[in-house]
Amino acid sequence: MKLLQGKTGWALLIALALVFPYMVSNTYFLSVMTQSYIFAIAALGLNLITGYTGQFNLAHGGFMAIGAYAVGLLTTDYQWGFWTSFVAAGAICGVVGYLVGALSLRMTGHVFSIFTLCVGYIIYLLIEKWEDVTHGAVGVMGIPAPTGFGGLEFESAKGQYYLVLVFLILGAYIMHRIVHSLLGRSFVAVRNSEALAEALGIPLARTKRLAFVLSVIYAGLAGGLYAGVVRFLGPDLAATHHTFELVMFMLVGGIGTILGPILGSILVPWLTQSLQFLQDYRMVVFGPVLILLLIFVPNGIVGTILHRRARRAAALREQAQAANAPAAASSTPTGARHA
Amino acid sequence: MDLFFQQLLNGLTIGGVYSLVALGLTLVYGILHVPNFAHGALYMAGAFVAFYFMESLGLNYWLAMLGSALVVAVLSMLAERLVFHKLRNAPPLHDMIAAIGILLFLEAGAQAIWGADFHRMQSPYGQLVEIFGLTTVAQRLLIIAGAVVLVTVLHLFLTRTTTGLTIIAMAQNRDGAALVGIDATRVTMLVFAISGALAAVAAVLYSPINLVYPAMGHLVITKAFVIIILGGMGSFPGAIVGGLIIGLAEAFGGFYFSTDYKDLIAFVLLVVILSVRPQGLFSKGAH
Repeated sequence: MKLLQGKTGWALLIALALVFPYMVSNTYFLSVMTQSYIFAIAALGLNLITGYTGQFNLAHGGFMAIGAYAVGLLTTDYQWGFWTSFVAAGAICGVVGYLVGALSLRMTGHVFSIFTLCVGYIIYLLIEKWEDVTHGAVGVMGIPAPTGFGGLEFESAKGQYYLVLVFLILGAYIMHRIVHSLLGRSFVAVRNSEALAEALGIPLARTKRLAFVLSVIYAGLAGGLYAGVVRFLGPDLAATHHTFELVMFMLVGGIGTILGPILGSILVPWLTQSLQFLQDYRMVVFGPVLILLLIFVPNGIVGTILHRRARRAAALREQAQAANAPAAASSTPTGARHA
Repeated sequence: MDLFFQQLLNGLTIGGVYSLVALGLTLVYGILHVPNFAHGALYMAGAFVAFYFMESLGLNYWLAMLGSALVVAVLSMLAERLVFHKLRNAPPLHDMIAAIGILLFLEAGAQAIWGADFHRMQSPYGQLVEIFGLTTVAQRLLIIAGAVVLVTVLHLFLTRTTTGLTIIAMAQNRDGAALVGIDATRVTMLVFAISGALAAVAAVLYSPINLVYPAMGHLVITKAFVIIILGGMGSFPGAIVGGLIIGLAEAFGGFYFSTDYKDLIAFVLLVVILSVRPQGLFSKGAH
């Protein structure tokens, strides 16, 4: 069990991900995995604003669609290169996110969630109706694959898999640095109590806005990768059920942890894939499964494991204290006598 | 000028439907402080159940409406018992996601039973009538009348009967209500039942001039949320006025600007109003 913790655990996971293409013969599995990684990047972003900062943003899927459409439209209609469009996607999401955040973060709790749900709907309706720019319901077709460099190519399923994997590892590492920095601590402080955080001198509005912008940049870049890998976009990408899926990934894996959203994004699609034989009935099974998870495993997989470990550690500490206490009590008088 | 009144009538029709849906939503929010995302799925279920009653069992329109209201009220109470009650001590995020789980379940269920196709619901009030020089479908008048009657009855129920007053007491202060001997479980169940029945009746009223399909609840519920934010979460008059504002704004906006962007109007209105008044139109401060 010790082996699976900390750096060794992550190294093992990365090693497993690296050899994965050689373990499966089917490119279909490879592309499912690639898409899982893309959604994992977006889920990591959502986890920053929801899991760490405590603001339940329901426009996250919309921002992913903005990133995807930025890459899709810039590469096809404006002949930009993939990587410049990719950077632009992140930048556009950052700017839109700043504006939306400035407006929506003035609201708290449920109102914020519902407001962002409406923002998500606005994004969806704009993509669907603004045909001159977004091609409307027809969608964007013929998006080029990410351009290769330094002898690498990203046309094949394997190339794309490794490209996305690199971004996921990078994204997780940066997220790790963010949440363990002073900034990350202030995010958590805001989540735990806004009044207390403010009393500690944390600028509330600015901190929340920063978390929001960072989180939607993750969504935007994930969207950009999605455009380059799937190479076809429809307005459906901005539909609310994509946001709900991201929320589900985050929750099943474990909210407020880094491994959680990644694990959830990989496990849930595999689970729904294996329920494929149920076809339309899939959600009939999955909806109740989600509710049961919420009731019985509210912290998600990673959260539950961490919880249990923390409890065991606390019990051990208590035991040690209990064992030490009589010794300590008897040692003080002897110490006093010597003095 | 005729066209103006025509839009006014259309606005009142849609506004009536929105008000009924938003009322159910705001009642549940007032009691449980949970934004029930599954409310739109209950609305959809109401339309499908009535459709089933009419097509397969050959019931008439009114009986189908009554039956559907009962079925959806039971569904709504089940959702409360099996899901929200179990999560009463969980963080609010979990309630919201559980509601999404119910939504996915109901939508997939409807799709599994009736398919993803669009259905047309027949109404005995499809004929054209003339009123004050305006020609319109009788169903539209029925919607307006139905909304007015339901809102009045609900208002009288909440203010004039003891059972109704217990609901208001619970919304004002849960602990206080429990202290004076109000059974919290019973009141919560009652509120969920009323909320579900309102959604079902709204759906059955609106379906004959619209269509019945599994995703029909999406836009309606999102707009109902817009309405209860505008009107103040948990506010009864806010839901009615908000519903009418959004309905009229859509009818006139769709007519004078563009029908393509008609559905955007509600959301843009929300963004603009909340930018100026983050606490909503009618609420005096944070809830």
